[in-house]
Amino acid sequence: MNALLERYPDEVKAILARYPQEQKRSAVMPLLYLAQRERGVITVKDMAEIGELTGMEITEVGSIVGFYTLYHDSGPRFRVQVCTDLPCALRGADEFLKRLCENIGVRVGEPTADGSLVIEEVTCLAGCHHAPMFQVQGDGEITYHEDQTVESATETIAELRRRAAGGQHE
Amino acid sequence: MSEYVLLRHRQIPNLNRLEVYQANGGFGAFRKVLTEMQPADVLNEVKTSGLRGRGGAGFPTGMKWSFLPNTLWPHYVVANGDESEPGTFKDREILENNPFQFLEGLMIASYAVQANLSFVYLRGEFWQIGKQLERCIATLERAGLLGENILGTGYSLRLVVHMGAGAYICGEETALLESIEGKLGQPRLRPPFPAVAGLYNRPTVINNVETLTNLPPILANGAGWYRSLGTEKSPGVKIFSLSGCVRRPGNYELPLGSTFRHLIEELGGGALEGRRLKAIMPAGASSSLLRVDDRVLDTPMDYESVAALGSQLGSASVIVLDDSVDLKWLLNKTVHFFKHESCGKCTPCREGTYWMSHLTERLVLPGKAQAGDAELLLAVARQMQGKCLCALGEFSTMAVTTAMQLFPEEFAER
Ligand SMILES: Cc1cc2nc3c(=O)[nH]c(=O)nc-3n(C[C@H](O)[C@H](O)[C@H](O)COP(=O)(O)O)c2cc1C
Ligand code: FES
Repeated sequence: MNALLERYPDEVKAILARYPQEQKRSAVMPLLYLAQRERGVITVKDMAEIGELTGMEITEVGSIVGFYTLYHDSGPRFRVQVCTDLPCALRGADEFLKRLCENIGVRVGEPTADGSLVIEEVTCLAGCHHAPMFQVQGDGEITYHEDQTVESATETIAELRRRAAGGQHE
Repeated sequence: MSEYVLLRHRQIPNLNRLEVYQANGGFGAFRKVLTEMQPADVLNEVKTSGLRGRGGAGFPTGMKWSFLPNTLWPHYVVANGDESEPGTFKDREILENNPFQFLEGLMIASYAVQANLSFVYLRGEFWQIGKQLERCIATLERAGLLGENILGTGYSLRLVVHMGAGAYICGEETALLESIEGKLGQPRLRPPFPAVAGLYNRPTVINNVETLTNLPPILANGAGWYRSLGTEKSPGVKIFSLSGCVRRPGNYELPLGSTFRHLIEELGGGALEGRRLKAIMPAGASSSLLRVDDRVLDTPMDYESVAALGSQLGSASVIVLDDSVDLKWLLNKTVHFFKHESCGKCTPCREGTYWMSHLTERLVLPGKAQAGDAELLLAVARQMQGKCLCALGEFSTMAVTTAMQLFPEEFAER
């Protein structure tokens, strides 16, 4: 039984149909996003099922998960990813990240005590002219937050934590 | 500003709606191409226009298309929307606000090489853009501009959006193809080139988003019109992404050959209060530094002129540095980026970026630098040059060698 297929029958079929019939393996990346949508992580069982759908070994699927930074096999529901790459850093991103972490009371890369989110440092997100900026990955979405202040970012984080505490998935 | 060629949404509100785009001439070029022109005519027009790739290398677009053999089928076209070079944010503005002009360009390119299935590769972070593009594609299918037997011409085309998942290297065209094929995003050994053995081992054209967005106006107004913009060898317009130490960072669409001074001082507002311009990185984190003086500021930004200064125009992501920037800190930033993004396939890049980042870290941390660290850094960078599988390794050394050469005083041991 393939739980991913059972859970999202139409989407799995639509994903497979995008690529030439004999190129099922091409579907691995969109299928991984699908598997990750609900909980923010990809389990070994997901990898096995995706392997089944794409004709890949589970270890091959696993290496894809490991290679690309937007796939996760563990971690909290939300990831607040602050860009500290050169152009953003020239406009205060390092200081922004430091003060944001102090404000929230966490260290970069360490999940909050409630396990709802983690603040991470990432490379350029093509938003350099709107620094400081970050993206939020979670619930199958990625959203940009640009021209930020420590206050506005703190508010966004509080909102994410309320959502996590409420348990509701949109 | 006269009329925009690419950033037309800045003059026309709601251009991301098909009816607005069409009311402003949209898909006129695609209709004309499909109903009045042979694929070879399209190819010739693009060749004559002198359009060069906007993804970094500036390779002539028409010539690239002409390399596809007509004996091997099917052909594919892949739009490169990975846009991950630090300091580059031009494709994003096009995709968010003028998506139909980009899609029309991709459709024209597909017709020119007779591809029936084409891909848009987007960096995964462009998630919202991906959703919008899929809606645009569905709209075009309903309008009969995509699908089977388009406009009754017998030509069929399907477009697929493929999301990356966070890897700069997937902007490199062969790594990108691997990624679509469901493999690790690692570059291929060349030859064979993608024009002969690309996606699924078939002839493939890979073009940058901005390159493709130039096609509708070129086909609508003709190659002669396009050549009236820009310079003899670098015709047309280009979007310059201006970032760093300037008052007004942002995208600026200008004819190729506009000067650094015009972009940075007139449009960008120049240096911040009380600061002086120090250096320019014209091609993002991958570029050779330019030390700012009048000669540099008055240099036209086209492929040849910037190369003549010893740097690169690349994708025209102009990062401005002022006199507050410590170049050791700068190199630590750029080298860390490349270390993080090295795909690990070839040894010189994997090991070289690792050692360089080790050294730049020591150089910036108080009291950590050891005697000879700066020379060692330069030696590692020089040893990497010319030895890596793809250009990423080479890119990682550009800022290192040029910063140390142009600003030796900043690396002298104290
Ligand atoms: C490490 C590396 C990263 C690259 N990243 C991009 C990118 O993000 N977008 C892009 O269009 N081209 C990128 N390129 C260039 C592509 O390999 C390719 O030359 C380009 O997409 C061709 O399109 P064009 O001829 O229209 O410029 C990159 C190249 C290298 C070596
Ligand atoms: S450097 Fe932060 S978005 Fe480009």
